[in-house]
Amino acid sequence: MTYEFDFTSVLAQWPQFVSGAWMTILLSFPATVVGFVIGTLCAIGRRGGNRLLAKLCGMYVEVIRNTPLLVQIFLVFFGFASMGWKISAFTAALISLILNVGAYTCEIMRAGIDSINKGQLEAAECLGLSKPQIYWHVVLRPAMEKVYPALTSQFVLLMLATSIASQISVEELTAIASRVQSDTFRPFEAYIVVAVAYLALSMLMRAGIWVFGQMIFTRQRRLRSGR
Amino acid sequence: MVLGGFNVEHIYFLLSGALWTICLSLIAFVGGGMLGGVVALCRISPFKPLRWATVGYVQLIQGTPLLVLLFLTYFGLSIFGFSLPGLVAASIALIIYVSAYLGEIWRGCIESVAKTQWEAAECLALSRSQRLRLVILPQAMRIATPPTVGFMVQIVKNTSLASIVGFVELVRAGQLINNSIFQPFLIYVLVAALYFSMCYPLSVWSRKLELKLQYGTRPQPSA
Amino acid sequence: MTSMVELKNVYKRFGSNEVLKGVSFDIPKGHVTAIIGRSGSGKSTALRCIDRLEIIDSGEINVCGHKVHDPDIDLRKLRTDVGIVFQSYNLFPHLTVEQNVMLAPRAVKKHSTRQAMDICLRTLKHVGLEAKAKSYPEELSGGQQQRVAIARSLAMEPHVMLFDEVTSALDPQLTGEVLRVIETLAADGMTMVLVTHEMEFASRVADTIIFMHEGRVWETGDGTMLRNPQTQELKDFLAFGL
Repeated sequence: MTYEFDFTSVLAQWPQFVSGAWMTILLSFPATVVGFVIGTLCAIGRRGGNRLLAKLCGMYVEVIRNTPLLVQIFLVFFGFASMGWKISAFTAALISLILNVGAYTCEIMRAGIDSINKGQLEAAECLGLSKPQIYWHVVLRPAMEKVYPALTSQFVLLMLATSIASQISVEELTAIASRVQSDTFRPFEAYIVVAVAYLALSMLMRAGIWVFGQMIFTRQRRLRSGR
Repeated sequence: MVLGGFNVEHIYFLLSGALWTICLSLIAFVGGGMLGGVVALCRISPFKPLRWATVGYVQLIQGTPLLVLLFLTYFGLSIFGFSLPGLVAASIALIIYVSAYLGEIWRGCIESVAKTQWEAAECLALSRSQRLRLVILPQAMRIATPPTVGFMVQIVKNTSLASIVGFVELVRAGQLINNSIFQPFLIYVLVAALYFSMCYPLSVWSRKLELKLQYGTRPQPSA
Repeated sequence: MTSMVELKNVYKRFGSNEVLKGVSFDIPKGHVTAIIGRSGSGKSTALRCIDRLEIIDSGEINVCGHKVHDPDIDLRKLRTDVGIVFQSYNLFPHLTVEQNVMLAPRAVKKHSTRQAMDICLRTLKHVGLEAKAKSYPEELSGGQQQRVAIARSLAMEPHVMLFDEVTSALDPQLTGEVLRVIETLAADGMTMVLVTHEMEFASRVADTIIFMHEGRVWETGDGTMLRNPQTQELKDFLAFGL
């Protein structure tokens, strides 16, 4: 059976795709930023002295990392609604994504923090730096730099995972593809267009994160320029 | 929170869904693993076009959401005349997905075997395939075990997307129950708990393997 | 006198750095040659070029009838005739000592298990480690691992053995056991080229000593050369070390 590819009817819907892409970005960007902060705090909490806090953070991370995002989104959206907390689909998706990124970021940052040489901490202490100062200058900043590639991959994965929000009717790219294919009866073309869009978004995202890294990690920049 | 309507039958239904989850996970792991092995070997091939084609394949799959891949397989194959049950579409999509990720993981492990091992084997006049087979791959496989077990967790979680194309695995089982008794919180907590009980042991095992790798567990020297 | 290893006017650069600037020397059969010099003098590079681990830019290298400089050379044949032992031993960690030694004779020379086992036992006896045949490399000391590496190369029955600073990574106590094995091989008539920092050993065991400096063969002589250095550079090297 031959199939005639016809992209024109699908591509004619390009404004919808653009709005879908925008929704994807609207979900990814805040989730990345807030999730990163939560994840870092969680990493600090897990290594801190307070055993209860460490255990709670540990449980949070393990539950999120060992259950599917789809189930997490359903729990937040349908589950909470049935308990009386009605939230919009967008909010539910955002919350789930933030919690998801937070858990993975926690593990990545933990690995980064653990890799900091204990000798450095000793040296900083002997210079009279306060604990928060040590944490910021000697632990967090170098740790972030070390795990930056892992963080980049995680954030791109998050952007791709926003596709799951389509299942609670958030109008991001994948949902748009669904709508377009039911209008045009061209499912293959619709999803190919969307796949290309995601590819473009992931490349843009990687480039953007890299540029950001170059700006804030001045040591790398200086080493690269050979000064 | 009223339990209203939820009974033992429903638990059995969830468990049967979980069984299908395991089934699909195994299909994805075995199929994706075999294809992933091919991907890894092509990635390190001295034949440039093959290397580049493989890089393209991996970048393509890793830059696409699994859900989109799933839809493409589901609708795409029905175009070519195959009417597919959800299981087949999900299997194919997952196998492709897994092959790209496992292929990259394994390539990384092969490349982390020290270059000096390649040299030593080369200087013993072993051919390239002998070097790979006898010296490099055995060492690479040891290094690859913790991340591979860790990735199995991702596979199990990703099977949840098969529910979207109608395959009755654990999530779909939950949705079906929910359609009749409408207790989403209870149901999805149970579904989450079942996933947790499948994934958590794998996560723990992966971490144990990683520690073993770092500290080595060879037989102790006899006095 | 047949020449086992012959370098003629060899040039080699890494990027913009010219490491070998016209190196020539001849090694007759059964001779032991030691190459000494500072780090960066090109001695290890010259050795690695002999087994085509590095490819030269110009010049000729002839080893046991193989034209090493020829791009079409049969590398496997070359590597069965030449054995090389590295500074970091490079034993295969996932194999036992005897598996390490038997691997190449079985895979390359297609020996049967029985034949390979015989060769393995013989070479391990030669380096004094037959008791450790079933151990894994990580259970052995550095000196023992290096001796296994020597046995592994010997098992291929090469015509020429190359040693690339094989004792530099070892504690002084362990160096002796490796040097003793090398001395035995020399007494057996193996053609050998050693890049080494062990001056006393070199002057005692080597038939020829080559001093390399800045990518060139600077001075050549026999064992007495180190007591009577002719050039200023060799005098400095002997006085101030590596």
